[in-house]
Amino acid sequence: MQANLQINGTDRTVEAEQGMPLLWVLRDRLKMTGTKYGCGVAFCGACTVLVDGRPTRSCVTPIESVDGKAVQTIEGLDSQVAVAVQQAWAELNVVQCGYCQSGQIVSAIGLLSTNPKPTVEEIEQHMWGNACRCATYQRIRAAVERAAKILEG
Amino acid sequence: MTAQVSRRDFLKSVSALSASSLVLGFAPGSISLVNAATMSTAEFNPFVRISTDGQVTAIIKHFECGQGAATGLATLIAEELGVDLDKVNIEFAPHNPELYNNLAWGFQGTGGSSSLANSYIQYRQAGAAAREMLISAAANMWGVDAGSLSIDDGVISGAGQSAPIADLVSAAAALSPPAEPKLKSPDQFKLIGNPSTARRDNQPKITGSATYAMDIHLEGQVVAVIMRSPRFGGTVGSVDTSAAASVPGFVHAVALPTGAGVVVYGEDTWSAFQARRAVNVEWDFSNADNRSSDEIKAELIAAVNAEPQFMAKGNGMDSVESALSGAATVIEKDFYLPYLAHATMEPLTCTVEPTEDGVVLHDGSQFPSGGHGALTAVLNLPPEKVKVNTLYAGGTFGRRATTTADYQVEAALAFVLLGGDRPVKLVWSREDDLSGGYFRPAAAHKVRVGLNAAGDIVGWDHRLALKPIFKGSPLEQFMVFNGVDFSSVEGVADTLYDIPEHFVGLTDFQTPVTVSWWRSVGHSHTAYVMESMMDMAASAAGRDPVEYRLAYLSGGSPEQQRLANVLRLVAEKSGWDTPVAQGRARGVALHKSFDSYVAEVIEISRNANDAVHIEKVTCAVDCGVPVNPDVIKAQMEGGIGYGIGHVMRNEITFTNGVVDQFNFPQYQPLRINDISEIETHIVASAEKPSGVGEPGLPPSGPALANAIAVSGPRVTHLPMVKNGVVFG
Repeated sequence: MQANLQINGTDRTVEAEQGMPLLWVLRDRLKMTGTKYGCGVAFCGACTVLVDGRPTRSCVTPIESVDGKAVQTIEGLDSQVAVAVQQAWAELNVVQCGYCQSGQIVSAIGLLSTNPKPTVEEIEQHMWGNACRCATYQRIRAAVERAAKILEG
Repeated sequence: MTAQVSRRDFLKSVSALSASSLVLGFAPGSISLVNAATMSTAEFNPFVRISTDGQVTAIIKHFECGQGAATGLATLIAEELGVDLDKVNIEFAPHNPELYNNLAWGFQGTGGSSSLANSYIQYRQAGAAAREMLISAAANMWGVDAGSLSIDDGVISGAGQSAPIADLVSAAAALSPPAEPKLKSPDQFKLIGNPSTARRDNQPKITGSATYAMDIHLEGQVVAVIMRSPRFGGTVGSVDTSAAASVPGFVHAVALPTGAGVVVYGEDTWSAFQARRAVNVEWDFSNADNRSSDEIKAELIAAVNAEPQFMAKGNGMDSVESALSGAATVIEKDFYLPYLAHATMEPLTCTVEPTEDGVVLHDGSQFPSGGHGALTAVLNLPPEKVKVNTLYAGGTFGRRATTTADYQVEAALAFVLLGGDRPVKLVWSREDDLSGGYFRPAAAHKVRVGLNAAGDIVGWDHRLALKPIFKGSPLEQFMVFNGVDFSSVEGVADTLYDIPEHFVGLTDFQTPVTVSWWRSVGHSHTAYVMESMMDMAASAAGRDPVEYRLAYLSGGSPEQQRLANVLRLVAEKSGWDTPVAQGRARGVALHKSFDSYVAEVIEISRNANDAVHIEKVTCAVDCGVPVNPDVIKAQMEGGIGYGIGHVMRNEITFTNGVVDQFNFPQYQPLRINDISEIETHIVASAEKPSGVGEPGLPPSGPALANAIAVSGPRVTHLPMVKNGVVFG
């Protein structure tokens, strides 16, 4: 099938089999590799992208379900929230291996876009599905709080 | 016994032998000196390149799996050269054992928490050599004494002159490298030990631009996935690929000549995954391990209750038996530590690319020597025709290096079986990863500790049973002595506690289930047992667990003093001597591994439903000179999190030989809400740097177990959730 997507602000038409997950369209067809494969069953969050602004697990999102929608990936983040989140991630040296961090950052942007001042509990609840095998969680928690502070001005 | 040395010490004695020479017969070169490299215009030495616009590049001989080695090595060069760390680019070294060997081992590779330890002087010398050459060039140009010049923030100045290093690069690179570059003294350090240095891999990793092996896309590339035997030791009987042919993107399917599986090729990852589901294989399980993990566990526990196969320490069984028979109290426990998967965030993958006269291996390469050796052997190529392109690795915890170079061999075979003219990218799915073996071996321990009437230890009988990691591998000769695979007993046989009548017996367990080193190797299970038993002994003696441990570390050796020191520090920082709040409890544990000393206190709470929550982990670490304190803290946080997540709820189990855990839902990773806070304190030290990637892990499990045991079960069979412990 043909799917028409707006990816990071650019209209793209992609050819893909019905049922092919958005993750593999992004990675293998469009060669946008910032979005990662971690489990394929929506249980680790490494594949998180924004679909119409909402954090979405691209590994279980069939391409036909996002036809006509706007997709933002780690490569195309430029909102004020995104800039604050990435700045906080750098300030706190959050990353270790880094493989899950695209998904972590996109999830954090999703949170702060709808809840600019989350409590620790809200951060943990929202970020729960994003696994990090390096266990950078303490810094992720702190970086989300720091990004909220940056956005407060 | 000669077995009381660390893995690192063993491997250090290997001299110039490389892993690949052991595995596959490739003759390596000798360890190079820092100045032995051939020079090109701006290559000051194998580790430092400076372009004529002043850009410094550090050539990183260790892979970066998150542990911070790239930042650490760049820090050493920046420090000695006299430039800002954020002005130093990082670039991973090619495979070249003459230049880039791990000096602790004698082959090119990363592991054993040795990256900074083996490179500390080498990389500082590399930076210092470049600094002296730049200064000499400036001194020549200005006609002044080199001794009057220095480099700071990338500017050479002194004797009334000043110039950016860029201006001197060409002239400096033409000079002979100094034979013995003079290193800075610690009081001159601006970067080493600086708590606010930033990681050099932040930017690519927060913008999605870092390239991992999984991100390789080459022209004409095919993705290969392998259908492996669902039981270890099974082989391919018959294959039916007819249904796969209709899967869009299907390329080919063929059994591996080893019989270990069937390679299924697709034009991309999704098509390869889909095609694999359509392939039918009849397996031959006649030589497979068809046991369930409950049977394996029962056999391991039976083994530690029988006479041990090998003696790893002590004066013999009669001697310890006699000591125990005279004890007032004997504490007796058996332990079971299950199989564990590494479950790196980036599943295993690598790509073999054909070039005009050879191949390139694109890999998050933990042992470049191993991957290189695998390809030269499988493809029958001379060493110089095989290049290794090391990429960022999405975690390892030990998994990206095995004594068999398992996944690199698979990739090489898949490449050959398709004809060798298309790049082949091998991809493991998460399901492959959890069922694919090379697990932390399941281990049983049985310990009997005898106490006299005063509560002092009078004898300690410690039996272990597990499948050895090194024995039977090409690395056997460096780790196996008198039949004892030291990786099975490290952390017990070399304990720093002064234990009278300490007997350690070992029995090897046999199974086709593949096992390997898993973050902290033997220490991952031995620390759990040692520190649980010490707590039980202190409790039986009616003494404080910190004071009790200190009593067994009072022999005065430097190692004991360092271990006692981190224990005192963590006690102070955690408020050990202050009463805990209502509903809370603390546990303590310590362990030395990879030449580093770590003690941890874990404070837990219990809610109204008795669910346990980890409120705070306080950690004290002595790892010698702390090169990048914030990286050290991150590694302690990571090691603690990895350790705790697994003791809480992870295990790999088998039903009739088939792994029960398909994916993360059955192997639930540590999550963000599991630990509320980790606080790390680093001991100021002038000792040479030692490991940080692994040593944070060993004390974390027993510290948690000891906290839980204060008013809950004493968990000796992991994971904890199988013992009625509920976390919340």
